[in-house]
Amino acid sequence: MQEALRFRAADAEVVDRAEFIEQARQVRRGAEAPTRGLSLTIRGLRKSFGDNEVLRGIDLHIPAGQSVAIVGRSGCGKSTLLRLIAGLETITAGTISFGEETRAEDVRVMFQEPRLLPWARVLSNVEVGLGRERTSPDAQARADSALVEVGLDDKRAQWPAVLSGGQKQRVALARALVSRPRVLAFDEPLGALDALTRISMQRLLERVWQDQGFTAILVTHDVAEAVALADRVLVIEDGRIAHDIDVNIPRPRRRGSAELAALEGSILKNLLQGTEDTSDL
Amino acid sequence: MSLIESLPRVRRLRFPRADGLIPWIVPLAIILLWQVACVTGFVSARVLPAPSDVALAGWKLLLSGELVRNIWVSFWRASVGFLIGGSIGFTFGLANGLSQLSSKLTDTTLQMVRNIPHLALIPLVILWFGIDESAKLFLVALGVFFPIYLNTLHGIRTVDPQLIEMGRIYGMTDGELFRRVIFPGALPSIFVGLRFALGIMWLTLIVAETIAASSGLGYMAMQAREFMLIDVVVLSILIYALLGKLADSASRALERLTLSWHPAFQKH
Repeated sequence: MQEALRFRAADAEVVDRAEFIEQARQVRRGAEAPTRGLSLTIRGLRKSFGDNEVLRGIDLHIPAGQSVAIVGRSGCGKSTLLRLIAGLETITAGTISFGEETRAEDVRVMFQEPRLLPWARVLSNVEVGLGRERTSPDAQARADSALVEVGLDDKRAQWPAVLSGGQKQRVALARALVSRPRVLAFDEPLGALDALTRISMQRLLERVWQDQGFTAILVTHDVAEAVALADRVLVIEDGRIAHDIDVNIPRPRRRGSAELAALEGSILKNLLQGTEDTSDL
Repeated sequence: MSLIESLPRVRRLRFPRADGLIPWIVPLAIILLWQVACVTGFVSARVLPAPSDVALAGWKLLLSGELVRNIWVSFWRASVGFLIGGSIGFTFGLANGLSQLSSKLTDTTLQMVRNIPHLALIPLVILWFGIDESAKLFLVALGVFFPIYLNTLHGIRTVDPQLIEMGRIYGMTDGELFRRVIFPGALPSIFVGLRFALGIMWLTLIVAETIAASSGLGYMAMQAREFMLIDVVVLSILIYALLGKLADSASRALERLTLSWHPAFQKH
């Protein structure tokens, strides 16, 4: 119990630090940061596994640098969509294009599990994220700065086994960020974390997204998380985009504000509506 | 909390080397008890000689050079047989773990051969190789092959597929994927195989030397039995125990060295 409390305290400390950095940055940054993200266009995308058609025609355009949350009930195909965007599955029909030529390092994925190599120290785990540039002379320096970004530079020489769940996920984030990706896909990245760590991770994700300007695609089952983080929320039902909602709430967003709660409520109502419809059939 | 943290440290300070000695308390006590039983005549010297007599016999054999020569011969047979059988087993384990084709081609055959107790081949092996060195090496290699093969294969097959997917996403080549993900992931299981194999290695060698040999520890024990030198017989048995312990310690040290990332091997 004491152990658990100590980990949480450590996470909370990072939240404060992150907020401090955030404030300092906003003071420093006069002009708008240049957008490094890639735009994403999906046309007529279908995906079947055998006879089971998971995605039934998705048409979608995501402008460069936007942060999009994809929500939906489990089994609706939201994770499949993400895996197709990340190139982890083959497309059955349709196209996905990124506006311009991409390298493998431009698109990165972060999963629900940290997927760290247990036999590699934190720093070399982050170096894995450099892809083909792993062997370049500045690899270590880049991995180091990615660790600073997630506030774990003091853990560089540790084994993953000694880190807490939230810290492991932050290392996984550093690994995804180290190659400076232009599209970052998150597959329920916070699903396995406890409530407090989740909140601190959400703030961290928002901060790195604002800092680096990549296009963020976040798959989540948590609608509150979606409206807190994203510019736009897509609701997927039965393999199609059922709702496309813009979240025009200025940042920094205050957790638990009436606006967020109202938006979350209306999206949840849509989702639940869907459940009742299918149960009637 | 500070109390809980400081307790083990305080204990370590007070008894600096006690931890290393604890495992030897029981063997030493047994030897002591044994000596007392022999000296008091509770156990007849014809049934079991006293430890001091065994030590004396060992000293005599050491002076004549016979003991060192026999230990060396056995050690040489064990390690060469182990290297041959182990490397073949490891190679097949890797090949069958990594390639579907190789696995389909050879695994069934190997599983059939595995179910033959390799010591049952002794008569055949003597007919093939005589009581030459090659007979012993063959048996040791055969005995060592299977634990190494099975555990290497198992280790490679059970590497977390999520980690392999991660490696592929981050652009690892096949070679890198093997070096950085598959092999380290299989290593704990390979070590289990190694330790099983070390046990089988001694067992096979001693049996082979007892039945057909003209040198080595097993031969020394059989010769001693012929001449009713019970102290030498007991000496041989004790040397087996020590050599077995030595092999186990060596593999443990290797484990600690290479598996320092594993929670089970981390010092706190």
